[in-house]
Amino acid sequence: MPKVSLSHFEASLIFAILTSIVLGTVTKRNDRERIRYAVYCLVCFLGAIFGLSWLMYLGHG
Amino acid sequence: MMLAARYNEVVADNQQPAPAGKWAAALALAWIIPGGGHLLLKRPARGGLLAASVASMFLLGLMMRGALFQPQSGDLLTMVIYCGGFIGNLMSGILYFLTIWLGYSQPDVAGHVHDYGTKFLVGAGLLNILAMVDAYEIATGRKD
Repeated sequence: MPKVSLSHFEASLIFAILTSIVLGTVTKRNDRERIRYAVYCLVCFLGAIFGLSWLMYLGHG
Repeated sequence: MMLAARYNEVVADNQQPAPAGKWAAALALAWIIPGGGHLLLKRPARGGLLAASVASMFLLGLMMRGALFQPQSGDLLTMVIYCGGFIGNLMSGILYFLTIWLGYSQPDVAGHVHDYGTKFLVGAGLLNILAMVDAYEIATGRKD
């Protein structure tokens, strides 16, 4: 099994993409709604990643 | 009056639990093979997406050398973390069993990559729980 070394951003981005796909697939009732919800989840994840990253950066001084 | 009686009848029918024979096979297959429940219920596209997502997350967790949890007793927090993590790992089904049978044994070491790997391994199981719930709802007719 090859070993991978990802940065914080890469790992969180991959987690966000995969989780958004599953959330979109299991929650809505038609394909259009599923895609919209998956994109919405991904945007929320990205917002949280960037928001919390800046918060930690600024809070750290 | 009759309408109210009919309404109560319909509500009572909807609250009846579906017979296990209707959903047990789909639920079990959804656990053992991520996405398998959807394939059994003839939802191949959704099953494929779920299988790809869960398997990718699990394999990335392994490639990041994440640790697998073993249930531990002790104080409440330790028990919740280790038992919860173990259940999360276990929910990946065949991916988890194959990993154990092939002798994967990664100690919990410091480092952000290992830490993400551990979370990815648990996350894959949690995503599979969502897939199992979806398969259950499809099998019982609550969802298309």
